[in-house]
Formats: sequence, structure tokens, C-alpha cells
Amino acid sequence: MMFRMIVLVLGLATAASAIAQHAVGDGTMLEPVNNDVSDVASLQRGAKYFVNYCLGCHSAQYIRYERIGEDLGLTGDQLAENLMFTGDSVFDPMGNAMRAADAVRWFGVAPPDLSLIARSRDTDYLYNFLRGFYADESTPTGANNLWLANTAMPNVFWELQGVRRLVAEEHDPAAAPTPPHFEIVRPGALGVAEFDAVVRDIVNFLDYIGEPMQLERRALGIRVIAFLLIFLVISYMLKREIWKDVH
Amino acid sequence: MAMSESQVTGNFSRSFNSLVDWIDARFPMTKLIKEHATEYYASKNFNFWYGFGVLATFVLILQIVTGIFLTMNYKPSAAEAFASVEYIMRDVEWGWLLRYLHSTGASAFFIVVYLHMFRGMMYGSYKKPRELVWLIGMAIYLCMMAEGFFGYLLPWGNMSYWGAQVIVSLFGALPVIGEGLSEWIRGDFYISDITLNRFFAFHVIAVPIMLLLLVVVHIMALHEVGSNNPDGIEIKEHKDASGKPLDGVAFHPYHTSKDLVIIAVFLILFSAVVFFAPGMGGYFLEYANFEPANQLQTPEHIAPVWYFTPFYAMLRAFPSKLGGVALMGLAVLLPIFLPWLDRCRVKSIRYRGWIYRFALAVFAVSFLVLGYLGLQPATGGYVMAARVFTILYLAFFILMPWYTSIEQPKPVPTRVTK
Repeated sequence: MMFRMIVLVLGLATAASAIAQHAVGDGTMLEPVNNDVSDVASLQRGAKYFVNYCLGCHSAQYIRYERIGEDLGLTGDQLAENLMFTGDSVFDPMGNAMRAADAVRWFGVAPPDLSLIARSRDTDYLYNFLRGFYADESTPTGANNLWLANTAMPNVFWELQGVRRLVAEEHDPAAAPTPPHFEIVRPGALGVAEFDAVVRDIVNFLDYIGEPMQLERRALGIRVIAFLLIFLVISYMLKREIWKDVH
Repeated sequence: MAMSESQVTGNFSRSFNSLVDWIDARFPMTKLIKEHATEYYASKNFNFWYGFGVLATFVLILQIVTGIFLTMNYKPSAAEAFASVEYIMRDVEWGWLLRYLHSTGASAFFIVVYLHMFRGMMYGSYKKPRELVWLIGMAIYLCMMAEGFFGYLLPWGNMSYWGAQVIVSLFGALPVIGEGLSEWIRGDFYISDITLNRFFAFHVIAVPIMLLLLVVVHIMALHEVGSNNPDGIEIKEHKDASGKPLDGVAFHPYHTSKDLVIIAVFLILFSAVVFFAPGMGGYFLEYANFEPANQLQTPEHIAPVWYFTPFYAMLRAFPSKLGGVALMGLAVLLPIFLPWLDRCRVKSIRYRGWIYRFALAVFAVSFLVLGYLGLQPATGGYVMAARVFTILYLAFFILMPWYTSIEQPKPVPTRVTK
């Protein structure tokens, strides 16, 4: 009776969570980023791209240069030469030079801080969003985005990705959605695969700054659970010893 | 002259005993240890479901200890709260671990307490003579809900902000006093720095004191009447010559050694979440809460944390706001009356008729499904489903006096089974 009850309750809970997962994960069209935060070379490249392409407008106020240097194996000199263009101290967080009031005047909205963007938005979403720009003369920035229509963000990657225009297609609303088609207006400096790799590095870096201790967390988790398993065996033996005369 | 080892031990135990005697002459230490541990007898046939009481105590202590250390670095101000949480996560030594233990602990607390309450419903632990144990337990549960609600505002994320906004505005639905009452709770016309400050005070001192006091009273009441067991029979009715229940074993060392195993198993599962999925896919730490509170930008989809969603689904199931609030209040309070709603004299589900088993299964399914529905948008099919399951949830309680008086229980054994 008890066992069946447990199975019933657990089964229902699993079913409910499976349904919930399905309902939440509506992004069937999102291409997975498959980034790896333990890939230090990718994080170093991501940091460089981030400073070059993102930090002009966005900040990352909860991460310090020093922490990045420590985690990514960079010396103070390397940090100063490659990442710190505004002459900050290594103990400073990654600020930006743009005043919020100016940003609102130029873009209509202050660009959000990116420290936690990988946690508030999914990494897969970021990967698709950053690759989702296309030319659209009807917007103030001349660019639009597949994943966030009429975004205030301009396509900062146009030199790398090239300029492309969305080709409108006849689409049967009943059929499954198909990937959008683009025509190249102006080729970029990078091929599609190379550009994807650049964006993957940036998303990887965003994932890392969202939770800089995540590698440490997992490594510690394995040791804690290993200890607990040993503790479980010993406590179970103790329990058996104490209970041996109870019938 | 050097003393032999046995002389040293003898001296030590003599001085230890005289210290104990000294204390016992002034405070009932040995008496309390006997009454509540070494000579408190509980049934020897406790199963899986009897582990959640000790786990609830364990998680409560975990929450208090991690909470103390979080308080040392958290800043309860609208300007600094969000950043101070990130400071804890990044710059405070082991801060991330404290924060994840605390945030996962909140969900774990509700999981173990829901299972603990369900155990009580399966084995009739709320019935005579344990009605007060159940009532105090319900008071603990209401305090936990308040604690969870106040605590959820503290990270000052956007979901914290809007969640609090929605819940406080529920009080606004009450006639006449509504608006004034919600202003009084907020201390302001909207959720603000003032609200955050007072919620902090409630979360770190007022409610925890009540919780601790109620837990002590819960255990005292339990130890007065004795623990129930999966057979739902009173072990005190069969004692040996020395007055010790034949089917009972001493809480210490028997149940304490078992509890150690239970805590170890729990900690393994708990660590799996803390270290490998602290956000639990957005259920324990919601995505929108990684953005700072913004009173100009409502999150796309406001949902409370999972442990409130069954009641949230019921709130939205009712067409009018006042009706929804009343319904939700009723749903939260109905379990208080279980000891008097249940008319069957048999306690344990093992010996009760099919009617109660069926009703309890319907109740469990309704609660889980409502929890799921509370996470979904309040649209067509979801609202209809929530209405159906709300009715089933309420029917479990409201029809109970009737269906428990016609059920045909099986004969109950006089001594505990395996």
C-alpha cells in the first residue's frame, strides 16, 4: 500500500514537471549554444570580444577585472593591455563609459547591465538573439532582430556577420514553422561557422560572469556527495548495530 | 606519583557526575533528557513517511544558521539589496554556498513539511488525542507561509517586487478596509524601501521567533500524548512490567540513530540540488528575479514560487477578486478542522475503507495539479481545470463528515505490525 502510494505520488509529480517543462520550453526553434564554461581559451576570447563589442554600451558591474584575471589565468599586465581600456584599477567592476541619461536619449532605453543576463535569459536565447539581427530600414538603428522584434540594440556585429535582409515567404500557418531565409546584402569578415564561434565565446563569457563560481560549485558538489555517501554507509551500520536487538 | 588510566577515568566520571548533580539540583536537565530522549518511547515500526518531522527540524536549523550569516552581508535597502545579494554570491567567502543553501532550504522546508502533513493525513495523526499537535502544526505552516512570503521580497529582484505587489494587493480586495489595510502592510502607496525594511524585520526576527516557539510547543504536545504510528494504534495501551510500551523503543539511541541515516539520505538529495541545479530550472530561483526590481516593468508572467502555486491557482479560478481571496483563505484554513471533520474512529489508512483512500488520493492529485496550474498563465483551459480541481480539493474537506461516517473500516490489530 505504502509503496504504491509513493509510486503514485512520485509518478504524478514527475508527470506534472514533464508537462511544465514542455510548456515552459516553448523555444523549439532556439538553436542550442552548447557552450562550455570550463573552456578557458573560449572564455579568454569571449572576454576580449565582450570588451570590444559589448562594454561600450553595457556594463557588467558585479564582476571585477581581478576576478576575471584569476579565473581566466591572466596577469595584471595582460588584463591592463587587453581588457581594461578605460584605465580602471583591477579591483574595479566592469563599468562602461556611457551615462545612462545619454543612453536613454540615444537608444530610448539604457542598455541593461550584463552581469546576470545569462541567468535572467537563457544562454540559448542569448546565442540566438545575438545571431538574429537583420537589416531593417524601418527601425532607428537600421537593424531588427528575429527573437526580439524592434529591439533598441543595433547590430554591433555587422562587420563580422555582414548585412543580411529577411526574405518574406509565403507560409502555411498550419504547417510547422521553418527557419527564416536571408539574402546577403554585404558579406561580413567572417564565415557563418566562424561568426557562430565568436558568439558562442561571448555567450560562454556571459554564462561565466553570471555565476563565476559555477565550476567551483560543481567540483565541491562531487566531493560533498562523496563524503555524504560514506557518511550514509557508516550511519546505516551504526543504526543496524543499535537496532539489532529490536524485533 | 602518576595516576593509572582507570584512576583518571574514575576521577573524571566522579567530577562529571557531581557537575550533573549540581545542575540537576537547580535545573531539570536529566529529567528533560529522560522525558524527551532516553525514556521517550515511540513505535518501532516507523516507515519512510515518519522521517519528515526530523527533516523539518533539521531544515529549520539550517535556515536559521545560514540566515544569520546571510544577514551579516545583506543590506535591506531598495538601493542596495540586489547588489548586496550579488556581493554575497561573488565576493563573500563561501557566500554563494550560504545563499544556495538558504534558497534551496526554503523549497526543501516546504517539500518536507507538505510530506509531513500528508503523513498525518494518511495515518490519522490529527485524531484524538493529537488534535493540538495538529493545530500547532497548522500554525507552524501558516508562519512558514508568512516567512516564505517576506523572505521572497528580500533579494529585490523583479519577481520579488511584483510577487509582493500582487500578494499585498490581495488584501485590497477586502471590502471597506481593503485599501487602507494594504497600505498599512506596505507602509507606503506601493512596494518600496519602507516595505523592504519591514519585511526584513519580519523575516529575520518576528516570524522566526514564532516559528521556533511553535516548534518547541509542537514537540512538547507530541511528547505529552506520544507519537502515532503507521498502524494508528496507541502503543501506551500495552506496557511491560516496568511501564515501558511493548511496541516502543527509546527515542535515543534508537530513533536518533535512524534519524541520522534519514538526514544523510536527505543531504545527498539536497546537495544534488545545491551544487548541481541551485535554480532548479527556474522553480527554486525564478529567472526574472535575476533582474533588479523595476516598478515600471512588469515581468511577462508573474507566478509565485512553486510552494504557493496550488493556492494561487485557486485564487485565479474564481471570477471575482474578493471571491478568489476568500476561496484561497478557505483552502489554506480548511485543514485546521480535519480533527473534527473526520468522523471515522480508525486512524490509519491501512485499516480504513476504500472511500477515504480514494478521497485522499483525489486530494493529493488535486493539490499537485493545482500546483502545476498555478505556474501556468490564467487562460481558458487552465482556468477551467483549476475550477474543477479546486472543487475536488474543497470537496475532500467539506464532504468529509459525510463520507467518513459511512465508510467501512477493517478491524484494527491491537499491537503494531511490521
